[in-house]
Amino acid sequence: MINRRTLLGATAILATIATGAFAQVDKVKVGFVYVGPVGDGGWTYYHDVARKAVEEHFGDKVETVFQESVPEGADSERVMTQMALSGANLIFTTSFGYMDPTINVAAKFPNVKFEHATGYKTAENVGVYSARFYEGRAIQGHIAGRMTKTNKIGYIASFPIPEVIRGINSAYAHAKKANPEVEFNVIWAYTWFDPAKEADAAKALIEQGNDVILQHTDSTAPQAAAKAAGNVITFGQAADMAEYAPLPRVSSIIDDWAPYYIARTQAVIDGTWKSDNTWDGIAKGMVVIGEISDAVPADVKEEALALKASIVDGSYHPFTGPMKKQDGSDWLADGEVADDGTLAGMNFFIEGLTGEIPN
Amino acid sequence: MNLSAIDPVLLIASLMVAATPIILAAIGELVVEKSGVLNLGVEGMMITGAICGFGVAVESGSPVLGFALAAIGGAVLAMLFGLLTQVLLSNQVATGLALTLFGLGISALIGQSYRGISPPATTRLDMGPLSDLPVIGRILFSHDWMVYFALALVAVVWAFLKFTRGGLILRAVGENHEAAHALGYKVVRIRLMAIAFGGACAGLGGAYISLVRVPQWTDGMTAGAGWIALAIVVFASWRAGRVLLGAYLFGGITVLQLNLQAAGVPVPVEVLSMSPYLITIAVLVLMTSGRRGNSAPAMLGRLFHASS
Repeated sequence: MINRRTLLGATAILATIATGAFAQVDKVKVGFVYVGPVGDGGWTYYHDVARKAVEEHFGDKVETVFQESVPEGADSERVMTQMALSGANLIFTTSFGYMDPTINVAAKFPNVKFEHATGYKTAENVGVYSARFYEGRAIQGHIAGRMTKTNKIGYIASFPIPEVIRGINSAYAHAKKANPEVEFNVIWAYTWFDPAKEADAAKALIEQGNDVILQHTDSTAPQAAAKAAGNVITFGQAADMAEYAPLPRVSSIIDDWAPYYIARTQAVIDGTWKSDNTWDGIAKGMVVIGEISDAVPADVKEEALALKASIVDGSYHPFTGPMKKQDGSDWLADGEVADDGTLAGMNFFIEGLTGEIPN
Repeated sequence: MNLSAIDPVLLIASLMVAATPIILAAIGELVVEKSGVLNLGVEGMMITGAICGFGVAVESGSPVLGFALAAIGGAVLAMLFGLLTQVLLSNQVATGLALTLFGLGISALIGQSYRGISPPATTRLDMGPLSDLPVIGRILFSHDWMVYFALALVAVVWAFLKFTRGGLILRAVGENHEAAHALGYKVVRIRLMAIAFGGACAGLGGAYISLVRVPQWTDGMTAGAGWIALAIVVFASWRAGRVLLGAYLFGGITVLQLNLQAAGVPVPVEVLSMSPYLITIAVLVLMTSGRRGNSAPAMLGRLFHASS
């Protein structure tokens, strides 16, 4: 018979066993919170590739756990709490919308380290990391500007956050430089992952004469829509999406998180982990430019690679003046380079882009 | 802003495509709910149908076979729900939610080897000279056959519920299962048939997304379409015609708002993004208002046991 006393006793024994297990940290447990399914073929897929790299690198010393398709908001707080309670030592939260939940949960578990992707709020035990995707967007913008025949470029944006706005600005600036006639049409899908909606958005853009589709959403649906339409080019987002090469996918931005995840896990094992703010680009290998396919003319490919080389060696920054804001006010003087603070909080379009950024 | 960039003919044609998966799933759920069963697993059955249809179409090269297997896959999953709720008398809400989770999981498992593959194209129905008519031809007569199948299915369900003896029995079971049982109707058997039909329809809807609308396989690709279908059944107050209207409104405004954004119409994007939900609900609720009484089937979600 189970009465309250035996139940209490059992709980006490369980608690002792649990604390006993915690006391001897011989195995580091790393948790990952994903916004989409691991099979999205894009953003989450590559975070999961990096998770597997961590497992492979450390073997038995590290155990990883992950939860996929976690909605941004209160649900994510529950998932993180659950992970922290089940003994995770390090938790990577991999979407912008997990920012406040991460900070909240981290306050409750001071001994657990948290790493939040693409955000800007840090704490004693919360570090942030992101990649300079805008460097890749500059190269995409250049190829897009050179290759469009209708001079109309469609952009499927997700949410109006600095990371997405930066990408649009960078792509537009370089498309415009390559082709002054170019015009950007932006659709805000308000989702990171919804293949049907992403496909609809791509179709709407294509039907209106856009012959280049850039996407900042996570699935390969826009690639499929472009392939069905023909005569449209696209770029892989967050993953290579090589299954759509050489056309419509002519190049891609790949996020390589593995070295960072391995380094941070090592830091936890060594006890040297400190809250950080990492923002690496092509030079450090966090952003990888996928192979530029043969569908791109040789001279355009050469220019794109030269642009990439100048970004890697630091001689060129994608946000170099003169640049004005959309309302015509000055932003960067001739030769001036944007500082990271402004870029991290970017909430304005540059001159020439039409349409407003939703609040 | 450049409204002339929007081609109304292409717009209407693509809204019919966008609405089709929701029509299929919603009309199936309508029949299930009319029989007094609340199956919240539409999303799970849709995604299962999506991968079953996709897999079979890729392996066999025949989209028709794919759709057929999608219907069977959805129905098999629905029968699991039927077994649990009708025979083992489990709670319908909890079982339905579990079915969605199960469907999402099993579809991701089956789908592992199907990522990044293009399915065989579903052919457009060739209607000869009709398809060549200007404007009307493109809007009405040049879709794939599933679009027409979905429309025909709505008509059949409407007629079945309204005019046939079978429809009357189904509704009787949904309104008062004790009375129907007393009259000698096999309540459980009728409900199981309705549940299987609902599952088959949801499976077809899912396969339409993976085979025609997107077309490719991605984990979790239905992304909430099943829940939209469930909501539309309620807001359409369990009437087939209104389900059609609701699905077209929702699908249509979704496509329209994306087109308006692409054309740079100076309406705040937030307003455009929520417009499909707001307008669909507003229209359907307004149509229902002023009518007295609750139009929900009286036995919706209630357990039935013959010996009680």
